[in-house]
Amino acid sequence: MDLKQKYIQLLESFNDSVSKESDSLLGQYRKVGIQGLKTNGLPTSSDEQWLYTNLEPIFEYDWNAKTKGMDEKVNLDEVFSCDVPNLDTHVVLLINGHYFKQNNTSDLPSEVLMGGLADFSSTHSDIIKKYLFKAADVNQKMNALNATLAQDGLFLFIPKNVQLEKPIQIINIAYGNEEYFVNQHNLIVVEEGSKAQIAFCDHTLNPTKFFVNQLTEVHLEANAHLEFYNVQNSNADTVQVSSICVNQHRDSNFLSNIVSLHGGTIRNELRVKLLESGASCDVSGVNLTDRKQHVDSHTQIDHLAPHCDSNQLYKGIYDDEGTGAFTGRIVVHPGAQKTTAFQSNKNMLLTSNAKVNTRPQLEIYADDVKCSHGATTGQLDQKAMFYLRARGIEKNEARMLMMYAFANEIVSKIKIEPLAIRIEGLINRRLRGELSRCANCVIQCG
Amino acid sequence: MLQIKNLHASIDGKDILKGINLTVNAGEVHAIMGPNGSGKSTLSAVLAGNEAFKVTEGEVHYFGKDLLEMSAENRSREGIFLSFQYPIEIPGVSMVNFMKTAVNEHRKYKGLDPIAASDFLKLMRDKKELVGIDSQLTNRSVNEGFSGGEKKKNEIFQMAMLEPILAILDETDSGLDIDALRVVANGVNKLKTKDNAAIVITHYQRLLDYIVPDFVHVLSQGKIIKTGGKELALELEEKGYDWLK
Ligand SMILES: Nc1ncnc2c1ncn2[C@@H]1O[C@H](COP(=O)(O)OP(=O)(O)OP(=O)(O)O)[C@@H](O)[C@H]1O
Ligand SMILES: [Mg+2]
Repeated sequence: MDLKQKYIQLLESFNDSVSKESDSLLGQYRKVGIQGLKTNGLPTSSDEQWLYTNLEPIFEYDWNAKTKGMDEKVNLDEVFSCDVPNLDTHVVLLINGHYFKQNNTSDLPSEVLMGGLADFSSTHSDIIKKYLFKAADVNQKMNALNATLAQDGLFLFIPKNVQLEKPIQIINIAYGNEEYFVNQHNLIVVEEGSKAQIAFCDHTLNPTKFFVNQLTEVHLEANAHLEFYNVQNSNADTVQVSSICVNQHRDSNFLSNIVSLHGGTIRNELRVKLLESGASCDVSGVNLTDRKQHVDSHTQIDHLAPHCDSNQLYKGIYDDEGTGAFTGRIVVHPGAQKTTAFQSNKNMLLTSNAKVNTRPQLEIYADDVKCSHGATTGQLDQKAMFYLRARGIEKNEARMLMMYAFANEIVSKIKIEPLAIRIEGLINRRLRGELSRCANCVIQCG
Repeated sequence: MLQIKNLHASIDGKDILKGINLTVNAGEVHAIMGPNGSGKSTLSAVLAGNEAFKVTEGEVHYFGKDLLEMSAENRSREGIFLSFQYPIEIPGVSMVNFMKTAVNEHRKYKGLDPIAASDFLKLMRDKKELVGIDSQLTNRSVNEGFSGGEKKKNEIFQMAMLEPILAILDETDSGLDIDALRVVANGVNKLKTKDNAAIVITHYQRLLDYIVPDFVHVLSQGKIIKTGGKELALELEEKGYDWLK
């Protein structure tokens, strides 16, 4: 039986096992997902979209029965405290794609809704219906799997004219001693004139093999502002496919910053649709790989209206046999005049075995636009290395300073200072090859 | 302190230094002059340990030790300082972090603990004052966007921070305005003791009015073709180099 057949079976039996909730909003998408899989199949390395990341080995693994619910009991305080010193946040925990029931959100303004997507799809189906699978395309291959298999995820709704003072920190963990295929669907809606900052921390808490398929849909209504920070730190056996799909309306502003600290194979997909004039986004990320790690960043920015700005800066440091890719697509649709769209991808290869593929793709169907893209891939600057060493700085330390400086351009985009300091520290330790878990976390990852 | 014997060096198979002999003792100032491309910067790079240049013949001893065996970082820690003709810009590495790392690496080599934060700030303040460098400059990345003159001042600032035994100043004067030249020369003179020494590479006799050399050497086509006292610089200023050939 080929892989596709195997997964059709997996999805169908999963769907049957949760059929009692098939009338629910989430339930309705399960069949769509199965249909999508039947029509389009699984991602394969001959897909244009998946040229540089081969998911076949992880699909070949037997995930049957390792997709459902979770019965792990976690004592929040005892095992895990991922707080950032000096950073006052609303903290919530998600475990294996499920919103942790004991989360306390009482300190949020009462008009803000935050909780599990499953719960809210029954209590607030009208809101969810309006946004679910509207930013993300359910026919995308990984989204189709997600549509069928995801049972929960984060739901955050910030109604009109609410400016959250404190950032929201989401500790998103994969947990357990048994291999697990996590499917998670997050939905974030920021209504007109509202403002929020989110720090999303992805971790694996055990050295277990996890396959994480995480879809995050973001809707920014007119003049909404969202900063979305994502730190990814998972073990070397884990495959994480993370897809963020954003719909932006008039004068809205989206900032995303993804720091891929550690992981086995990571695929980060970011799709932003600038739907109405005045919308802007500033998206950035840094990939740090060594040993046999792989990070593939894939962006698509659609300029669908005039007077929108987009700016992309992705960087990568590839050591040992680390590999990576950057595919950045900018589409300026007909009529999207006065667009400015910039893209830059810079990579540093530290060994001759490290590899990176970079592929800018610009499609421009309007004439009054300012677009630019650039990609560089280089080694450590030997002149700078000599300069540092000539001041007495050990070769290795000089190398660290250089790598750190390279990554720092991304960290400097983080507008929450304590978070920036924390991430700076994590990157520093990561580059030194030290365990890069957060200071207060007792679980060994990486 | 420094003995250079029959030093030959090349880059990419091209011979540049073709038998340099030079001895520098404590307390001395040596000026090296010579036409463009004669190998002055190459000599300073070889002494500082730039691995891009290959030493093909000869030897260099520094306080009796084989200098050529030492790594660039150890030469620095042993007291050799090169003020670069073209200082390198390093975006993203802050001056503060750079200097703190350098100072602490020197201290570690001497078996000392890292410098206390408050002592470091005071040290920075004192040395900035000594060389007259704009205090905002040290809030930026190393040399990034510095003007030509600011880069040169920054070299002397670093020298003041690290207090070398043998300073090699490669055209530190070029690019400096007249006031800056005086301030920088003053800084160099203040750092001068009977136990340290300097090799000053320059095209202009003007600098030597401030930093008075004990010897002036003329380097041409990879060799020292003439050595004299400070009056040789005046003579060169007047006649150029052709008469020496
Ligand atoms: N990296 C290099 N590759 C090839 N040739 C080099 C390199 N560096 C220096 N050279 C050559 O070596 C010779 C000596 O250069 P060097 O920089 O030492 O001269 P200099 O005496 O300092 O000149 P200036 O007065 O112009 O500073 C020149 O011909 C130069 O082109
Ligand atoms: Mg020179």
